[in-house]
Amino acid sequence: MTFEAVLQVLLSGLLMGLIYALMAAGLSLIFGLMDVVNFAHGEFLMVAMYLMFGLTLVTGLDPLVLTPIVVVCMFLFGAGVYLGIIRFVMRAKANQGMVQVFVTFGLGLVLMGLAQSFFSPDYRSIGDTWVGGKSVSLFGIYLPLPQVVGALVSIVAFLVIWLAINRTDFGKALEATREDAGAVSLVGIDKNRVFALGWGYGSALVGLAGSIIAIFFYIYPSVGASFILIAFVTVALGGFRSVYGALAAGIIVGLVEASTAILLTPALKSLGVYAVYLAVVVFRPRGLFGSI
Amino acid sequence: MQTIAPGADSSHVSKYATRALQHRRHQLIIVSCVAALMACVPLVITDIYAQNILVLTLLYVSLSQSWNILGGYCGQISLGHAVYFGIGAYSTVIFYMVGGVIPWIGMFCGAALAGCVALALGYFCFRLAGHYYTIATIVVAEAALVLFLNWEWAGAALGLQVPFGSDSWKTLQFGRSKLPYYYFVLALALSTWLVTWLIEGARWGYWWRAVKDDAEAAGSLGVSIFRSKMAASAISAFFTAIGGGFYALFVSYIDPQSVFGFQISLLIALPAVLGGIGTLWGPAVGAILLIPIGEATRSYVGGSGTGTHLIVYGTLVMIVALLRPQGLVSLFGPMRFFKTQKQ
Repeated sequence: MTFEAVLQVLLSGLLMGLIYALMAAGLSLIFGLMDVVNFAHGEFLMVAMYLMFGLTLVTGLDPLVLTPIVVVCMFLFGAGVYLGIIRFVMRAKANQGMVQVFVTFGLGLVLMGLAQSFFSPDYRSIGDTWVGGKSVSLFGIYLPLPQVVGALVSIVAFLVIWLAINRTDFGKALEATREDAGAVSLVGIDKNRVFALGWGYGSALVGLAGSIIAIFFYIYPSVGASFILIAFVTVALGGFRSVYGALAAGIIVGLVEASTAILLTPALKSLGVYAVYLAVVVFRPRGLFGSI
Repeated sequence: MQTIAPGADSSHVSKYATRALQHRRHQLIIVSCVAALMACVPLVITDIYAQNILVLTLLYVSLSQSWNILGGYCGQISLGHAVYFGIGAYSTVIFYMVGGVIPWIGMFCGAALAGCVALALGYFCFRLAGHYYTIATIVVAEAALVLFLNWEWAGAALGLQVPFGSDSWKTLQFGRSKLPYYYFVLALALSTWLVTWLIEGARWGYWWRAVKDDAEAAGSLGVSIFRSKMAASAISAFFTAIGGGFYALFVSYIDPQSVFGFQISLLIALPAVLGGIGTLWGPAVGAILLIPIGEATRSYVGGSGTGTHLIVYGTLVMIVALLRPQGLVSLFGPMRFFKTQKQ
């Protein structure tokens, strides 16, 4: 294998990894905030992709222009899911862990079923776009343009997350609620409001990821299921409480996936990722960068 | 929760124990009546399509009861039981095709293999608790699916066809009649029920429920958490694999997607969750509700393509988990007696 080929594989792995990290960031944010794993996260991604698909059909604008609209819609959707459903899950007295798993899971099934009955199980894709199907060449290495854009968006998004957590009042409230959800109400922070906003921002992030993925991937009702496992693995690998851990883990996942595809066969690429995940959690159950 | 101080009035304790024993005997009487009733059902319902649904329902009663042993009694929520189901199905078929081993033996070999796999996986995965464990089980099942999709010797994505033979109990092949399958799977469902019943009254059962309710407290009282989880996992895997072997013979064709797919893990767990996890009757109630509804929506609303069955499953699970986390059986009075998760 030539040097260029190796570089090609590593760079495309890196780009996909950044997109995976963006996809996992919302999951990690919500878990870190309130110890709830959203098993419908993949279906949130699917909703965002269909939203983008519908918007491009209706307006005829480019996905990159429509991305902010999708992100805002997903924010409202996420906050709505918290206020309408998850709020009541948090009140469950018996078996809370099980209730969380199955309520979010049931929500995912309903969303998938709704997508199937409205859009049929057909594979759809967004036609001509500004960046779709094009590639950039850099010193003899060809990189698909949508992934390059996605990776850049992901980097910017993580910068914004860093700024939001460290420089804003909401960030402070978020960190405080994450530390002790009971005590924050004593200093006048409305726990429910922070949780609802957390779900909103978490869904907005997955909406951003969905908007990008919709440009270069097929859209179908169970598309979430194809990505959710990667998101889970990324979050578990990075450590459930660490949003930045998700960034590092996403890159690792992307690189492992790309190298497995080259070293074995492309059909087994996810196997390498699962193997790395299992190996890491066996020796370090809290993930690479997680704290207890 | 009552504490029994040394030297306290023991008549109260013995009264409690007698009532518990009496309750367990009542359960046996109820199950014999139910079994007798179920044995007569195919005499009334002679339609082949309806009998097919009955067989599937009883299969999921058994599978979900096996899941319940680990998920309900020991509190370890697995969404990857398709691994054991698939191992059972593939072992039964491969042993029969390659070695000529009759399915009765092949099924048990597959089940023993699944039990060993459960122990091996448990050794690693039980370092994780709660959500972390659940996620690991999903990943393991998905990895198994990818492996079998690419394993040429085991038929890869095309799957395996059970070689046709004449009708016989030896090979468990019956071309036309569904009745033998019905009685086989009824016996299987009864066995898993009986095993669960035995576990519920045995020391193990108490240990497992202690691990589920509060692992740390149980550990401090001398219960080996790790061994409890391992034992529950192995028994659960064993019976799930027998169900898988039966499924392979019943449909006589298996491929990775249909036995290792995520929908199998889901359909194994959902009945127990709906009916009531950690209860003797929960999985049966859940499966009797869920499987016919699923089949009915599939055939009357127009194929699984419309997604109606997903909406129905999802809504049911959400409603039950939110409003009745103890499951539907908690709606019936007398069965409330042994509920462990009541706070």
